[in-house]
Amino acid sequence: MNRIIVGRLSVNVSGLRVLQRSFCSSVAEKESEVKQSFTNNDDQYDVAVVGGGMVGMALACSLASMPLTKHLSVAIIDSNPALGKSNFIKKEDPPDPRVSTVTPATISFFKEIGAWQYVQQHRHAYFDKMQVWDYTGLGYTKYNARDVNKEILGCVVENKVLHSSLLSCMQNTEFRKTIYPSRLTSMALLPSSSSISVDSTPSATTLFTKGHLAKLDLSDGKSLYAKLVVGADGGKSRVRELAGFKTTGWSYSQNAIICTVEHNKENYCAWQRFLPAGPIALLPIGDNFSNIVWTMNPKDASDCKSMNEDDFVKILNHALDYGYGPHPKSISSGSVDMFSWFRGDATLSAKECFEVPPRVVKLASERMVFPLSLKHANNYVSKRVVLIGDAAHTVHPLAGQGVNLGFGDASTLSRIIAEGIAVGADIGEVSLLKKYEAERKPANIVMMAVLDGFQKAYSVDFGPLNILRAAAFHGAQYISPLKRNIISYASGEQRLPLPLPLFT
Amino acid sequence: MGSNSISKMAARHLRILSGCNGALLSVRFFSDSTLAQEPIASTAIDSASVSPSINTAENHSQLNNNKKHSAPSSLKHAELAKFSAIADTWWDSEGPYKPLHALNPTRLAFIRSTLCRHFRKDPYSARPFEGLNIVDVGCGGGILSEPLARMGATVTGIDAVEKNIKIARLHADLDPETSTIEYCCTTAEKLVEEQRKFDAVIASEVIEHVADPAEFCKSLSALTVSEGATVISTINRSMRAYATAIIAAEHILHWLPKGTHQWSSFLTPEELVLILQRASIDVKEMAGFVYNPLTGRWSLSDDISVNFIAFGTKNS
Repeated sequence: MNRIIVGRLSVNVSGLRVLQRSFCSSVAEKESEVKQSFTNNDDQYDVAVVGGGMVGMALACSLASMPLTKHLSVAIIDSNPALGKSNFIKKEDPPDPRVSTVTPATISFFKEIGAWQYVQQHRHAYFDKMQVWDYTGLGYTKYNARDVNKEILGCVVENKVLHSSLLSCMQNTEFRKTIYPSRLTSMALLPSSSSISVDSTPSATTLFTKGHLAKLDLSDGKSLYAKLVVGADGGKSRVRELAGFKTTGWSYSQNAIICTVEHNKENYCAWQRFLPAGPIALLPIGDNFSNIVWTMNPKDASDCKSMNEDDFVKILNHALDYGYGPHPKSISSGSVDMFSWFRGDATLSAKECFEVPPRVVKLASERMVFPLSLKHANNYVSKRVVLIGDAAHTVHPLAGQGVNLGFGDASTLSRIIAEGIAVGADIGEVSLLKKYEAERKPANIVMMAVLDGFQKAYSVDFGPLNILRAAAFHGAQYISPLKRNIISYASGEQRLPLPLPLFT
Repeated sequence: MGSNSISKMAARHLRILSGCNGALLSVRFFSDSTLAQEPIASTAIDSASVSPSINTAENHSQLNNNKKHSAPSSLKHAELAKFSAIADTWWDSEGPYKPLHALNPTRLAFIRSTLCRHFRKDPYSARPFEGLNIVDVGCGGGILSEPLARMGATVTGIDAVEKNIKIARLHADLDPETSTIEYCCTTAEKLVEEQRKFDAVIASEVIEHVADPAEFCKSLSALTVSEGATVISTINRSMRAYATAIIAAEHILHWLPKGTHQWSSFLTPEELVLILQRASIDVKEMAGFVYNPLTGRWSLSDDISVNFIAFGTKNS
């Protein structure tokens, strides 16, 4: 049954009284899809999280960790069989190519909800240095965590490690969660009771037959009811589709190829080189392994995927090293340069020279390809429905921000829910959910604009633009306040790229 | 302000001050902060107080039975009819009661904080008011009553306008957590006659529409158990409130119908403390509400120059 039910049902009230906490759905005569049965408490939840991926589980975990929300009953709907079993990741497994770079802000979030301790039990790699340059060889920028008096710029963790850590964290609490191993097929807002016999005017009664609960129909035939439906089901979100949220976006005509590679020595630095067709990033995962994310046009991507391993390793090294253009020259600190009057409080990395990334010795995993696009939901909330993570926004991976935005959404939403419960609000009320949207939407949009700007700026090979980019590299490298700003913004410590006065 | 309202104000002052024994106020007052507030910012404050004010129009006329009043019965019916017409919009959070919906979380935050501290309840509990009997005097459509019920309280909501009670009943029945609220179309005085007692009595945005605030406070006090709590929120009788609530809201922006509020009926915090004291209630805490027009949000502050809320406890 794939009929989509969207929006509110206007229901003819038939004067049934509500008994205890159960509610009768027989009032919905118009809707044949609605089952006419009494539902007991078992199918009624406070929050239904559709999508049990990293962001959905992070939200559930966050709700479990706060005193005001840990009493909520949560249903998680995801057909992934891994959710039901206790996960056991073998340490000898080679790193999975699907990794994420988590920013310090996300690490703090994980520590708050108690999940970071589980991440630390598995492979994870902190890095404190980053080098960014492009193929023209006109400029480079090196970032160091000590520029902003921090220890790390971020940590690279496999997605499966993040996911299982969140699962383990939730299993160790008394949190009432139920996992529904199926997919969402349809959703409706349903009134939970009909009005009792009151001689009020028809306009008043129709006004009050607003939905108190949302109904979710699943692919295995079950149904459940929730006060709040959270769409955490990724870029092709079904919740977003069913709730009728429009999106804006476009696909970059680029695909990303990802794989794990091995070096001869350890690597603690993140490397990114912008090539004419797209950036190539080398991220340390730990134990001499690194992760490659290489963005290029779709045809080249499929060629790269199908070619044999040795050839692929050769072109990888070529792309990281001398391919496409020369190395940038390092400016030694002795020479006079125009930035000396910006110096003042110079950053440590301003003096560092250009380095060549470590050689790739061999491939350590299969190669995966996926298309890249930008997508943003025009609204994140409507009555009883809210979107978080990729369901709300999909970005280019060039700055490793995507899942961090999602974790930011989860953190904000759980805090807003707690604030709502503190003042006795109905958690599905639009006015409460709008606070979440008002906080996250501007920040997400700005980040997406910045990333999109980078993507466009770096995909054009045009003399004057190359010079501009080189100037940008130099600026970021030598103008310390700018560099600090960039690092803070990318680490999630700062909400907006510029210190604009915020409207609070 | 005409001479009529000046004489009314003078008469009110005499009533309040005649009972004053010159007792020193033991309540700590927050100094009037010099935050620059847009007139528009405070305007919305008053439209928040309009709606509950409407439902105490009935209260007003009943209390006035033996006193001179300016509301003959014909006017009362007209007022009620006007507000009955928009009673359906109580729960439309984008409708005429929008400022009240926006104010709601802020006043609930104050109520939660003071009541949790007074009754020694766990502030981190999701239902801290479990076991408390609370009455919401002048409840209107139940905007304040429902969150209190969700916080675990046993809530009784009273209002003098029948239509409001009906609306409140209908809406509360939609959620099992709020369907336990008891709504009555009655007044505080009648409840006193029935000898009802409550752990906490809340009268939010009501007292500025009552003809005799001192008597009203006595009724509220009679409804409160010994060592119970009384919470009153209202508008200050200050120049700033006149500029915003009367001139800006009613005459310039037309957010409220003209004549909705009488500036002379507003109480200053000092007066409120006095009349509560004479009703055996000690005001322990006071805070102000300020509106930020850029974000459209209310917040608690020390600025009591326009809207303020007071928490007091009943002496035994």
